[in-house]
Amino acid sequence: MVERILEVERLSVDIQVPAGMLRAVQGIDFHVDRGETLCIVGESGCGKSITALSLMNLLPSSAIRSANKLELDGQDIRNLDERKMSDLRGDRIAMIFQEPMTSLNPAYTIGNQLEEAMLRHRNVSRSEARDRAVFLLEKVGITGARGRLKQYPHQLSGGLRQRVMIAMSLMCGPDLIIADEPTTALDVTIQAQILHLLADLQREFNMSLILITHDLGIVARVADRVAVMYAGEFVETGSADEVFNRPSHPYTQGLLNCIPIPGKTKRGAHLGAIPGIVPSLIGYMEGCHFASRCQFAQDDCLRGDIAFRDAAKGGHEYRCVLSPAETARNIKKASAA
Amino acid sequence: MNKPVIEVADATKTFMVSAGFMRGKMPLHAVNGVSVEVQQGEVLGIVGESGCGKTTLARMMLGLLDPTSGAIKVNGQPVHEVDRLEVARQLQPIFQDPYSSLNPRKSIGDIVTLPLKVQGDPDPGTWKSRAEEMMELVGLPRRVYNNYPSQLSGGQRQRVAIARALINRPQIVICDEPTSALDVSVQSQILNLLQDLRKEFGLTYIIISHNLAVVEHMATRVAVMYLGRIVEQADTESLFSSPKHPYTEALLGSVLTPEPGLGVPDTHLGAAYPNPIDPPSGCTFHPRCAKVMDRCSKQFPPIIPTKGGFVECHLYADDVKPGKVATTRRRTAAAKAKTGRAATVRKTTRKRTSASKGK
Amino acid sequence: MTDATIGRASIPTAQEILEPSPGAMLRRRIFGHAGIVIGGFVLLVIVLMAVFASVISPGDPYDQVLDRKLIPPIWTDSPKATWDHPFGTDALGRDYLTRLFYGAQISLLIGFSAMLISGVIGTTLGVLAGYYGGRVDMVVNFILTTRLSMPVILVALAVVSLIGSSLTVVIWVLGLLIWDRFAVVMRSATQQIRSLEFVSAAQALGCSKTRIILSEIMPNIANHLIVVATLEMAHAILLEAALSFLGLGVQPPEPSWGLMVSEAKGLMFFDAWLITIPGAAIFALVLSINLLGDGIRDVTAPENRN
Repeated sequence: MVERILEVERLSVDIQVPAGMLRAVQGIDFHVDRGETLCIVGESGCGKSITALSLMNLLPSSAIRSANKLELDGQDIRNLDERKMSDLRGDRIAMIFQEPMTSLNPAYTIGNQLEEAMLRHRNVSRSEARDRAVFLLEKVGITGARGRLKQYPHQLSGGLRQRVMIAMSLMCGPDLIIADEPTTALDVTIQAQILHLLADLQREFNMSLILITHDLGIVARVADRVAVMYAGEFVETGSADEVFNRPSHPYTQGLLNCIPIPGKTKRGAHLGAIPGIVPSLIGYMEGCHFASRCQFAQDDCLRGDIAFRDAAKGGHEYRCVLSPAETARNIKKASAA
Repeated sequence: MNKPVIEVADATKTFMVSAGFMRGKMPLHAVNGVSVEVQQGEVLGIVGESGCGKTTLARMMLGLLDPTSGAIKVNGQPVHEVDRLEVARQLQPIFQDPYSSLNPRKSIGDIVTLPLKVQGDPDPGTWKSRAEEMMELVGLPRRVYNNYPSQLSGGQRQRVAIARALINRPQIVICDEPTSALDVSVQSQILNLLQDLRKEFGLTYIIISHNLAVVEHMATRVAVMYLGRIVEQADTESLFSSPKHPYTEALLGSVLTPEPGLGVPDTHLGAAYPNPIDPPSGCTFHPRCAKVMDRCSKQFPPIIPTKGGFVECHLYADDVKPGKVATTRRRTAAAKAKTGRAATVRKTTRKRTSASKGK
Repeated sequence: MTDATIGRASIPTAQEILEPSPGAMLRRRIFGHAGIVIGGFVLLVIVLMAVFASVISPGDPYDQVLDRKLIPPIWTDSPKATWDHPFGTDALGRDYLTRLFYGAQISLLIGFSAMLISGVIGTTLGVLAGYYGGRVDMVVNFILTTRLSMPVILVALAVVSLIGSSLTVVIWVLGLLIWDRFAVVMRSATQQIRSLEFVSAAQALGCSKTRIILSEIMPNIANHLIVVATLEMAHAILLEAALSFLGLGVQPPEPSWGLMVSEAKGLMFFDAWLITIPGAAIFALVLSINLLGDGIRDVTAPENRN
C-alpha cells in the first residue's frame, strides 16, 4: 500500500499586481507518494516556483492561495496559522533553493545553521544536533565534516554550499523535500553529482521529492512522475517514461523538439521551435492556454475549459482537444514534413 | 588554402587578486598559455566549467582585455595594436544575458544604430532603414524600433543584441553563452537564427558555453578548457565520439539528455573545483582525475597530437606503457567501475602508441 | 484562411499587449506617489514665491518703518495686527511677509548653486573613480577621506571669517564642501553599471571612453544623481541657515531665513512668531525637497519595478 505524502486538489494562486490580478497558478491537482519523485517542469513564468512557495505557505503577502484540498500526510494544512506552519517547515517539509549563497546566512557558521535547523523543531541537546550535522555532512559527501562546522558559507564553493543546504534540509528527517531549481546555478559536472546525491539520499531515507526545474534533461533522469506546466496549468502529467517516450500535449512535444541531443539530433540542423511567447496571465483566459502558439490549434481550443484526457493507462494524462490518435497522426505528419 | 582569422599564440592573462584579509595580492592565471586558431567559416566551441578562463579568453579576443603575455591576432594583425574601430568592424560579441547587454535607457532603434554611429557611417539618412532591415533579418518586428528593452521578452532582446552585432557585417562573432539565460523554446529559436545568419553572411563563430549539447550542435571544432588551459581540442565529431582527456570524458558524461531511464551518471569527479589562485601541481586536473598516475602531480602533461587536434594528458605519452596506468585513488565504491575503465584506457593507449609509432 | 489562424488571431497574446513605455510608466508612478505630489506642490509654491517676490510682495524687504515695528501677524488676537502686514513686521519695522518672499530667493539660490557646484565636483570624481577603478579610485578615495575628516560647519566658519562673508562666498564654500555624498553614490552606481554587459558591448563596438561614460553610463545613474541632488540642496539650505544664524552667512540687511531666525532670537520669548515663521519656512522647504528626493528614489528604484 503506497503512502500518500502530499495531496493537492485545485490549487490556485492569485497575485495582485498593479495591472490587475495575475493568475499565477490556476487549479492544479497532484499528489506525491512516499519515496517518489515528482518533477514539475516548465519555462520561466509558468508558475512552478509559485507552486512550490504556496505549498510551503511562503507566498508574498499580495498573493492569495486557494485549494480544495491540501493534505500533508493526511493532515489538512490549508488553514494552519503561521506558527503551526513554521513548525512544519524544516521538520516535515524542507525546501532547497536555487542559489545556495543567498539561502545560507553569511553571518553564521555552517554548524550553527545546521544545528539550529534541528534545535528549532526537536527537543535535543546541542551536542546531539552537532552529531546529526556531522553525520549528514558526511552523508552528502563532505570530507572533514567536523572541521567544516566552523566554516562560514563564503568559504565554500557553490557545489559544497548546495550540499550543505541539502544536509540542512535533512536535519529533521522530513517526509517531503521541495527542491526549486537546485542545480541551475552549478556547473554541469557538479550538477550531476548533486542530483546523484539527492537520488541516493531520497532512496536511503525513503523521502518524497518535488523537483522543480526548467531542464528536461534533469527531469528525464530523476523523475518518477512528471507534470509539465504551462501558463499556470498542468498540461501533461504521467510517468517519466510515458511523457518522454509518448509526449501527447503539443507543448511537451514542442519542448522536446527544441533540445539538441548529442548523437540523435543532426548536427547543425534546424531545431524545433515554439513560435510566439507565453500569454499574459493577468485576467481570465478561456480555452487552452497554449492555443496561441500551437500549430494544431482549432476553434474548439478557445472554448470553455479543456479537460484532461487519458493518453494511456497508468495515469498518463494531457489537456488537449486532440485525441491520442489525432495526436499521433499530427506527430507523424510533422516528422514527415 | 584557408587563412586563420583569429590566431591566439601562447596567450596568458594574469589578474592580481587579494588572497584574503591582510594577505596581500596573489597572481591568478585566468588564461595560462592558450594557443588556438580559428579558420574562416568555422565554428569553434569553447567549453569548460565556470572559472576555467573561457570568458577571459573571449574578452582578450575582443580586445577588451590585453593579454599579460602572448599575442592575439585578428586577420593577421595584433588586436591590441590595431585601431579599436577596425577591430570592431571585424569582430563582434553576443553576450549571455540579454537583460544586461542592452542599455535600458535607450530605444531599440538607438541600440541597433549605435554601431553605425560609432563607426562614423557616412550615410545617416539610411541608418533607420538599414536598422529595420537588420531587425527583420533577425526576426524582430519593425514596430519595436521605438520601444525600450524592458518592453521586450528575453528572446526578443537577444535578437536585438544579434542585430546590433551584425549591422556592420563583421566577419567573426563571439557568442559568450548566447542562450543560457533563455528558456528552452527560445533557445532553439536563437540557435536556429545563428545558424541561418552564419549561412547568410558566411560568418565565423566562436561559441563559448557550458552547455555541451549546444556546442555539439553548433560547433565544427571544440576546445575544452580547464583552469586556464585548453586540455583537449578536436573536431566535434572526434571529440564527442571518442573523447581523449579524462576531463572531457567526465564533461560528456555529465550531460543530461532528456532520455528517461538512464539515471544520473556518476562522473567520479572529486567535489571541489580547485582554487585557481593555488592550482594543483603538475597536471592541474590530477586531483579530480579517475585515471591519475604518479607523474601527473609532478610533471606538466605533454601536448600530444590526435586525429582531429591535440590532447594535453600523460595518458597518451609515448612512454606510458599499459601496465603503468595505475589508479592511486582508493575509493572502494568506484573501484569496480575503474577496472573496467582502465581496460578501455589501455586499449586506446595502445592504439595511440602504435599510431604515433607508425608516423 | 484556416481555422487555426483565425483561432490564433482572436487570442490576445503578451506580444500584442506591449507594456507601456518606460516614460509612460514613470509618469504613472510619479503621480501615484504621495511624497512626490505633496513635496512637489510645496516646493512649487516656494519657487513661485521666490520668482514673483517683487510682484506679490506687499512692501519692500529693506524698508524700515520704525514706528510700525513688531506688529504681530493677523492670526494673533493683538489689536495691532493689520492687513497691511499680514505676517507682521520685525524689530526694524520691515514687512515680514515681504522678507519671507525675498528670503525664499536667497535660500533657493544658495541651495541650488551650492548643489550645482558640489554636484559637478562630486559626480566627476565619483564617475571617474567608478569607471576607471584602480589608481584613480585610490586617489579619489583619498580626497574623499580627507574631505570627510573636515567638519563642514567649522571649516565654513573659518573660511568665512577669514575672507569675509557674502552670498558668493557662502555658495562657494558650501559647494566645495558638500560634494562627498555625490562622489560616494556616483562611484558605487558607476561601478555597478560598468560591470553590465552593455558597457562591454559598447567597448567592443569601439565606442570612446567619453562616449561610454556620457551616453551609456550617465543616463543610467541619472536617477541616483537627481536623488542626491535634492538631498544635497536641502542640506545646503540648512547649512546656509545655520551659518546665517551664526552671523557668518548672508549678511544683514539681506532677508535670509536663517538670518531672520537669528535676528529674532533675542525676542523669541515675547514675539515668538518672529522665529516660528522663518523656522516653519525652512522646515517646509527642506521637507518638501526631501519628500521629492525620496519619492524620486522610490519611483526609479529597480526593486520597485514589477
